[in-house]
Amino acid sequence: MLEVANLEVVYHDVILVLRGISFTVPEGEIVALLGANGAGKTTVLRAISGLLDVHNGDITKGEIKVDGEPTHKLDPAAIVKRGVVQVMEGRRIFAEFTVEENLRVGAHTAGGNIEATMAGIFDLFPILEERRRQLAGFLSGGEQQMLAMGRALMSKPKYLLLDEPSLGLAPLLVQQIRDVIVEINTRGTGILLVEQNAAMALSIASHGYIMETGKIVMDKPAVELAQDEDVREFYLGLHATGGERKSFRDVKHYKRRKRWLS
Amino acid sequence: MTQFLQATVAGLSLASIYALLALGFVLIYKSTQVLSFAHPALMVFGAYFVSYFAVTIGLDFWLSLALAMALTALLGAVIERLALRPMVGKPLFSMAILTIGLDIAIRVVVNDLIGLNLRGVGDPWGFSTVKLGDVVIETRVIAMFITAVVVTVALLLFFRYSKVGLAMRATAADQEVALAQGISVHRIFALAWIFGGALAALAGMFTSTGPAGLSPTSWIVALKALPAIVVGGLDSVHGAVVGALIIGLAEGYTSTYQATAMPWLGSNFSQVVPYLVMLIVLLAKPYGLFGTEEVERV
Ligand SMILES: Nc1ncnc2c1ncn2[C@@H]1O[C@H](COP(=O)(O)OP(=O)(O)OP(=O)(O)O)[C@@H](O)[C@H]1O
Ligand SMILES: [Mg+2]
Repeated sequence: MLEVANLEVVYHDVILVLRGISFTVPEGEIVALLGANGAGKTTVLRAISGLLDVHNGDITKGEIKVDGEPTHKLDPAAIVKRGVVQVMEGRRIFAEFTVEENLRVGAHTAGGNIEATMAGIFDLFPILEERRRQLAGFLSGGEQQMLAMGRALMSKPKYLLLDEPSLGLAPLLVQQIRDVIVEINTRGTGILLVEQNAAMALSIASHGYIMETGKIVMDKPAVELAQDEDVREFYLGLHATGGERKSFRDVKHYKRRKRWLS
Repeated sequence: MTQFLQATVAGLSLASIYALLALGFVLIYKSTQVLSFAHPALMVFGAYFVSYFAVTIGLDFWLSLALAMALTALLGAVIERLALRPMVGKPLFSMAILTIGLDIAIRVVVNDLIGLNLRGVGDPWGFSTVKLGDVVIETRVIAMFITAVVVTVALLLFFRYSKVGLAMRATAADQEVALAQGISVHRIFALAWIFGGALAALAGMFTSTGPAGLSPTSWIVALKALPAIVVGGLDSVHGAVVGALIIGLAEGYTSTYQATAMPWLGSNFSQVVPYLVMLIVLLAKPYGLFGTEEVERV
């Protein structure tokens, strides 16, 4: 289990971005983390994978545990060795490397038979095998996303953190990425899926968390979230009634009051 | 013709030394983005210890060379760990300036150790020569040239096929992504300085062979490796080698022909040629012949 408890993150010593986030990713499950731009989703992933340093960010409170062991004080290399790896927003493949070299970099911490692991990746993404010797920069957007995911999988992670894998992809490709995520999951990897495309994320996740300005404002099984009136209105773009758009927080507040009253 | 070939040999011998220095420099620059102006110091530090072990103590030459390369590699690692790592995130300009300071400090100490007398490094080549037709080639030059070729090929293979070489390239390409793949970027930085140090020691040893010997002015050779790197383009292994060849040959030919062809340019004009070539190349190609365009300059 990947556990985040009461996490607080500050950038440049002054900008408080996460204000006490808690959630869990059980082994072998897909958990969705949703929220508007700037809510702090990427920051959560950076905190888990130890990449805050690069951005001058610090964990000021809280804890992150991987299978019971605290990891929030470890460096990124140690975290990858514990089986947690992040696929960054915007793919970030090594454009001047071949496809195969990209995958080999992903296997940096992995011992054992790299060829066998790579065969598994090619099984998942046949297109990468075809393009194996080509420069990664020449791949299409969708293929680059697959390469970024394949590269991360080369470390044989127990938990995969995906930051907006569907960003900028055509609907058909989004479908394809979605199917691949499910496949990776059925092969036994737990997934924390950060998405703007809430419909896609909730359709495959078992549980979902909704973030707003550094806080979790709602957390429910994915099926229930997908049915929730407010989520439907604000994240799925489905308006039950054609009313004015309010901030999600107002709705939440209103709901909470309603709950207190009842 | 003989004169031309003789000049080419002279040029190639310079080029070999520049290449060894340039390769270390490029390695460091590529992985860490730091311009190492400490190379002259690393070079004479290495040469001094070869001389110390082989001549002063009287150890076997090859053992002395290995020890000196190891010590200089260690010095490189110490510079990285104690001086540069605390500066990570600071402007690259300050880091470059810091290496200049370190260079001067280390050279003062080493030059003091070298003393005023010419020192040898106890190399096995001495003043022996081989004759190829009418061309006389010093054996030490052959050794230099073969070493430079072997090191270049080894580095190219290392970057292409080894796991660590690939990790160094990944770090050079995108540090954050390299970190996210579990590459320890600090270890890569240290490694770059270790390689750079060892190669500088090797170059220093070769500079100090033959009639030149090791003297308090030996470090100036490393200054001429800088034009080679700039001509090649700072971040390219091929570039370092091509740059070294261009600069070395240009210097070799001028020192052979200029005295008779253009005597009015003065007697030490060949010393200026590397910088002149650098200026001309930079005017045409500001990022050097093989440099990446985004490469930041200090
Ligand atoms: N390096 C940084 N320095 C300062 N502030 C930052 C830094 N990175 C992010 N932030 C701020 O932290 C907040 C959360 O950013 P984050 O990137 O985590 O959000 P996000 O939910 O991933 O957004 P998006 O959907 O746009 O990717 C934003 O207000 C952002 O401006
Ligand atoms: Mg983000």
